[in-house]
Amino acid sequence: MSEPSGLESLYRELILDHYRRPRGKDLAPTFDAESFQVNPVCGDEVRLRVKLGAASSDELGGTDILGQVTWTGTGCSISQASTSVMCELVRGEDLGRVAELEAAFGRLMHSRGLGLESEADEDALGDAIAFEGVAKYPARVKCALLGWMALKDALAKAVAGDSSPAPGPKG
Amino acid sequence: MTGLSPETVTSPTNAHGLCGPGGLPDLGAPREPITPQEVERIRRDFPILARKVRSGHELIYLDTAATAQRPSCVMDAMTWFANNNYAAVNRGAHLLGEESTEAFEDARARVARFFGATPSEIVFTSGTTAALNLIALSLGELAQGEPPASSAVPHICPGDRIVVTQAEHHANLVPWQRLAARTGAELAWIDAGPDGRLNLESLAALIDSRTRVLAFTHASNVTGAVTDVARLVEAARSVGALTVLDAAQSAPHLPVDFRALGVDLAAISAHKMLGPNGIGALYGRREVLEQLPPVFTGGSMVEIVTMTEATFCPPPGRFEAGTQPVTEAIGWAAALDYLSHLGMDRLAEREAKLTARLLDAVTGIPGVRLLGPADPADRLGVVALDIEGVHPHDAGQYLDDRGIAVRVGHHCAQPIHRALGVRASTRASVGLYNTEAEIDAFAEALANVRPYFGATQ
Repeated sequence: MSEPSGLESLYRELILDHYRRPRGKDLAPTFDAESFQVNPVCGDEVRLRVKLGAASSDELGGTDILGQVTWTGTGCSISQASTSVMCELVRGEDLGRVAELEAAFGRLMHSRGLGLESEADEDALGDAIAFEGVAKYPARVKCALLGWMALKDALAKAVAGDSSPAPGPKG
Repeated sequence: MTGLSPETVTSPTNAHGLCGPGGLPDLGAPREPITPQEVERIRRDFPILARKVRSGHELIYLDTAATAQRPSCVMDAMTWFANNNYAAVNRGAHLLGEESTEAFEDARARVARFFGATPSEIVFTSGTTAALNLIALSLGELAQGEPPASSAVPHICPGDRIVVTQAEHHANLVPWQRLAARTGAELAWIDAGPDGRLNLESLAALIDSRTRVLAFTHASNVTGAVTDVARLVEAARSVGALTVLDAAQSAPHLPVDFRALGVDLAAISAHKMLGPNGIGALYGRREVLEQLPPVFTGGSMVEIVTMTEATFCPPPGRFEAGTQPVTEAIGWAAALDYLSHLGMDRLAEREAKLTARLLDAVTGIPGVRLLGPADPADRLGVVALDIEGVHPHDAGQYLDDRGIAVRVGHHCAQPIHRALGVRASTRASVGLYNTEAEIDAFAEALANVRPYFGATQ
């Protein structure tokens, strides 16, 4: 029996692959900042750590880059895969670029399944475009955004020099 | 009494000719078991069951424990009332006000009769949550005053004990946490065993002369386990503790007679039992309600008000401040008439068969663990499952794609999930309109969930 198209648009093979083999899901012992996010509806959790690095000064004008991003957590395939794909997408990017990607992913999630207006967004998001189908299921949008919320929070802390451990249950 | 000819209140038309106003005539009961033909007739009373859902699938509604679908006669009764009699109750001398008041009180009488109570023992609330909070807040209010010489309700002091169970919905746990914090009482609980049934061995240690309140669910909304009410009531009575029963899950599926159960207070919701949402009730033995102070104050619940003080109506009016949900009360009464006509004993018998079929179907699926008693005799058809390697939201999404509506998450009962070693679960629950074929379709889809998500290794 073939799977219905609605479900296939949600659970793309890429998403299921990241769910089964999550990337970056190995919390680094040292970090510049940490964030813990929970989705109160389902109890899904993500704990995420970032480490900044300096880019080679000529090309990027000495701006900070996201040197390392690692995480752990429990949750549904959408939240776990989204965090995994995000890690691959943002690692090594400068912080301005990370903020642009985060905004583009937010636009994708709020597109109600109609797709992105901007081709630049589509190109930038790469594999994360696979989450387009999630936007058709409003109840699942929060799942896809959980890791991104943790990243945004952790980076804000890192820039502010706040390296305190995030509250919330460990692991 | 003036005017309201009962026939003007509700529209009595549907496949069964049900929902006659003022309660149906006692039919002397057609006590044969419910046949498949009767189930088909019942299903025609629920228009929503005919709609198509995702990908054009038929709807298979297995989320009755969250909210039950409503038969047309309930909506008809509400529409009829709104179109003919609607006005505020307990005020005004005009005809509509009179008719509305009478219809509201008539609804109260029908709710009371359904649960083996008298009308003055039924307080309308917005639902079970409001009823349970009302009790806890009222006891907290009482605890702040001087202890009376003798009372049917406890004056809770520091060092007293409030006992609940590990199987409670948050609505029958958090209000007691707050009351304990407010009064300095200790909150203790009866543990659940590995199959979700309460460990009653611990009763002797928990119920003693310090115990003031024993609050417990009649049936868990996660494990479906039915509580031995008689045993808990006996234990509480032996020490003079107040008993509070959360009957939100049991009332739709079992014949429930509060007086026969012997509890002091109980809470129910209409929307779990084919009625509208936004209404439920607090049941209280008359002697108990008479000694509980009001929590919400304002219009309708007072007798004499001066600039500095007020006297309060006797129960149940004392607990019904403000504008009341009259249309909803009428809808609820219509739902109870519908259930009574079919017969709660017959419905319970049929649902037990559906539950047995559901349990039998899910226990054979690899990687699917039942959270709750395996024996249908110990439980209701509220069947929560842990699917190894698949998050409940993913399982729910997969089932939804096949038109199957189940509940996923912690179902507002985190402690019992934690006790059973999971964060959340996938829950299927049966109602009177479900068929054997739907149970089988659910089981077939469920068996495909783990393979779909690659969790078969």
